[in-house]
Amino acid sequence: MDEILKILEDDARISYKELTEITGLSEEEIEKKVKEYVDKGIIKRFKAVIDLEKVGEEKVYAIVDLKLNPVRGEGYDLTAKRISNFPQVKEVYLVSGAYDLSVLVEGDNIKDVAFFVSDKLATLDRVYHTTTHFILKKYKEYGETLFETEKNHRLAISL
Amino acid sequence: MISKRVSKISSSGIRKFFDLVLGAEDVISLGVGEPDFITPWEIRESAIYAIEKGYTSYTSNYGLLELRKAISKYIYDKHGVSYNYENEILVTSGVSEAYDLAIRTITDPGDEIIVVEPSYVAYKPCIILVDGVAVSLPTSIENNFVPTYEEIEKKITDKTKAIVLNYPNNPTGAILDKKQMEEIADVVVNHDLILISDEIYEDLTYNGKHISFSSLNGMKDRTILLNGFSKAYAMTGWRVGYIASNKEIIEGAVKIHQYTSICAPIMSQMAAIEAITNGNNTKQEMIDEYNRRRRIIVGRLKEMGLNLSETKGAFYVFPSLNGYLGSEEFSERLLKEKKVAVVPGNAFGDCGEGFIRISYATSRKNLIDAADRISEFLNSLKE
Ligand SMILES: Cc1ncc(COP(=O)(O)O)c(C=O)c1O
Repeated sequence: MDEILKILEDDARISYKELTEITGLSEEEIEKKVKEYVDKGIIKRFKAVIDLEKVGEEKVYAIVDLKLNPVRGEGYDLTAKRISNFPQVKEVYLVSGAYDLSVLVEGDNIKDVAFFVSDKLATLDRVYHTTTHFILKKYKEYGETLFETEKNHRLAISL
Repeated sequence: MISKRVSKISSSGIRKFFDLVLGAEDVISLGVGEPDFITPWEIRESAIYAIEKGYTSYTSNYGLLELRKAISKYIYDKHGVSYNYENEILVTSGVSEAYDLAIRTITDPGDEIIVVEPSYVAYKPCIILVDGVAVSLPTSIENNFVPTYEEIEKKITDKTKAIVLNYPNNPTGAILDKKQMEEIADVVVNHDLILISDEIYEDLTYNGKHISFSSLNGMKDRTILLNGFSKAYAMTGWRVGYIASNKEIIEGAVKIHQYTSICAPIMSQMAAIEAITNGNNTKQEMIDEYNRRRRIIVGRLKEMGLNLSETKGAFYVFPSLNGYLGSEEFSERLLKEKKVAVVPGNAFGDCGEGFIRISYATSRKNLIDAADRISEFLNSLKE
């Protein structure tokens, strides 16, 4: 992967000035590259990772595993896309094994999520089985550990 | 009470400066000679596993066979040089021990060992401790801190036994190209010397691929290759390094090692096996990040008008102060007035006077903030 993408993936707010220093490219070259990545849809969005607990805005999440009957000529795509369109649905994966789709659902409270699953997901034509796992605690998200980070204990100076 | 030999090695004025730094608060330190990364988790985890499984004993004096096999394969894959893991590789407690063993194995009282300077601080004292003679070979910024054939030859007498080299270099960040290496190898061969090559920073090479001295024609048998896990895998506290050389040297070194240290800690050796066999990706991520920081600091220092050699290795830059102040006064005032710690260049030999060592093994933010402060400090000197 291009150096610029690697850096942006880790820190989308890095200044063009710092990117210039890091890569040795000019600001114009970097601007052009970033624009190209955005235009081509390689960079989809510049997002912030928010610790909702700290904001006091606690959401409820559940991983919902679904079994579906595939449609001839379409496989699972049609249903998967329908499910993906719900704003409550944050992630959708076609998976191997005991289930077909694995879906991450967000809601304001348990009732909210339970209602969404029973009313919106379980009732879809092709869905014949659901299992809902409420998330009790998050330890790692988007590659970031959410517990106390480690610290290096080296001395301030050494040869 | 102490021996004359020990009194001869000075802990030097630098100690005082170190105490200043360690006592100061809110300092941004560019004075650290070790990675700011914590050892990658997979490596730590394999040591925890080893401890859980009861790996708490001594190992063979040579080190764990599996580790020696992995080191032998690593060197072969990287440099095409084959070292027999039975008797040509010795696992040590860091390159520090490896270097000390190398010196003690080959040096008789009065033997001269040439040390290319500016150099890592342990090289000369270990020679003095065995009544050898440490001969300084100064290098200059004009030659990118690399000695020429003639410069080396001038230092050679009939007492010269070996020459100590360290590229990529601490403190200068210099690396060697093939031509420079061949020139050095020629002197070594022509004068029948031993080359002690400390290649601990080999993976931290940002321009092309590191070439090992042992891979040059006819050099394997004359080279005592030192390497270790401290820098590239961020494993300084684990104390694992190794010597690779011919059977005679390794057998000599094992004699000392078996009585003075027995073996490197077994759990650290287990961690080293994980590092060298599976650690490539995490290692590369750290190297990439050092390289980003290198570009930042090199760019900033050039903007300030400081004179720099080419710095393409390790995690150090060694700018010339252009006569603004001496190394020590500059470093002390920078610490007091701007709260940035660097190491005075004369800590690495007399020819380091007039330079400072900056380590970029710190976060980009720290580097940028520190660079701003250094720039302010330089401006205050000009006023
Ligand atoms: C050039 C050089 N050699 C050897 C060492 C010591 O390494 P180790 O941790 O393997 O003893 C260092 C550490 O700073 C170094 O810079």
